[in-house]
Amino acid sequence: MKSIVDLKDIWVYYNEKIVLENINLVVKENDFLGIIGPNGGGKTTLLKVILGLIKPNRGDVKVFGGLPENNRAVIGYVPQLSQFDIDFPATVLDVVMTGRLNQTRMFRRYSAEDKKIANKVIEEVNMSHLQHLAIGKLSGGERQRVFMARALASEPKLLLLDEPTANVDKNLDTKLWEFFNDLKKTTPIILVTHDISAVSIYVDKIACLNRRLHYQGTKEITPEALEDTYKCPVELIAHGLPHRVLKEH
Amino acid sequence: MIEIFQYEFMRNAMIAGLLASIACGVVGSFIIVKRMVFISGGIAHSSFGGIGLGYLLGFNPIIGALIFSLLSALGIGIITEKGGRRQDTAIGIIWAVGMALGIIFIGLTPGYAPDLFSYLFGNILTVPNSDLILMAILDIIIIGIIFLLYKELLAVSFDEEHASISGIPSTKLNLMIMCLTALTVVMLIRIVGMILVIALLTIPAAVSELFNTKLKNILFHSVILSAVFAIIGLFASYLFDLASGATIILTAGIAFFIAALIKNQYS
Repeated sequence: MKSIVDLKDIWVYYNEKIVLENINLVVKENDFLGIIGPNGGGKTTLLKVILGLIKPNRGDVKVFGGLPENNRAVIGYVPQLSQFDIDFPATVLDVVMTGRLNQTRMFRRYSAEDKKIANKVIEEVNMSHLQHLAIGKLSGGERQRVFMARALASEPKLLLLDEPTANVDKNLDTKLWEFFNDLKKTTPIILVTHDISAVSIYVDKIACLNRRLHYQGTKEITPEALEDTYKCPVELIAHGLPHRVLKEH
Repeated sequence: MIEIFQYEFMRNAMIAGLLASIACGVVGSFIIVKRMVFISGGIAHSSFGGIGLGYLLGFNPIIGALIFSLLSALGIGIITEKGGRRQDTAIGIIWAVGMALGIIFIGLTPGYAPDLFSYLFGNILTVPNSDLILMAILDIIIIGIIFLLYKELLAVSFDEEHASISGIPSTKLNLMIMCLTALTVVMLIRIVGMILVIALLTIPAAVSELFNTKLKNILFHSVILSAVFAIIGLFASYLFDLASGATIILTAGIAFFIAALIKNQYS
């Protein structure tokens, strides 16, 4: 199988602080990889390294066999919602249409085909009835689905999701996970979250990240890896359903 | 009332107001939605350095303003691009240093600085024909850019990171908006003066933003509102014999308060 993402010996520092330390990670076709770790553990930074938005201080990043800058247009990225200006004058449809930018040329308008695809993905995330509403009028969960739709509109060959369930209520949460589950059949997904309980049900492979990355290429997490990641003893219950990881107290 | 059109200076003032409305409505909308009000203030005020240099070296102060505002726009653009927590400090410094340079240059200029007040507070009644042509050219450039790059500009304004990932040259587009801001500032110096430029750039777009949820409509309504404010302000200044630039701004300011009150009533 081809590797979609190949990170070798990645180091990232901000000022003097080490954010990512010697990261090695290979993501292959059909992977649904969950990366868990505490806040500030470098999860978003890792995604941005894959997107070429952050240049690692050391190491080698390959995305689809080349530089991220050259190949990132086919990556669907769903960032954390907190970074957006929700007062921005754009409707749901406006935002989803920007997902088509990677498929259109500059100086041109969106085509009828672009609009058709945007409408289709808006329907897939169940937002058709709200498509002409300003994004500022949506709830957190609805907005999350808009950004999912934007990523899907770009017809991605890889999906990167940053805390996709952070703003979603529990009811919707399950639906969203089932949606990812369907999606992974066609598109490899890397998902970062601190929501361990949900991630362990659906993803196929799990890595732990807190500056260092622990990854066996499987769904197993060793107690050592978790302890290193969360810097405290963690009890692991991984037998039977649902898989859960509980903190010791 | 009609008699005011008999005067060529009033006709020119009217045309100047309308031409300026196109630039300030469009560019002002981007300033509002991109939250660049402070940046545009920095660009406007630093142009005073160029006005001063013009006086000192004996060339047209407007050319000096053009050079200084473009340089500060590029400088601020590059600082903003690099990010970091202290960009607003850097912009404040550029703002103040530009003004300080202007004061020093004018102080060094031997004799009296004629027309200095019109650069500071504007004088729409003395806009010559040649300036009207320049304004029209700038409007055509701005309209052309919006027409060709609307979807890219929307994307960059909303989510620069996503635009970059999608292959849009975000940095270049941001610098372009900065430079358009600089050009618009220079154009508005004629109308309302350097000190009040920031008001005409922001108030029409701010009113428009209160009632619109689509960028396209904000652009369109800002242009119309700017034109309305300019014309009402001009008439009022003629009727009550007030300073034209300040009256235009006051008209806009009053409209904003009324609009904000109406908006609050209904939400």
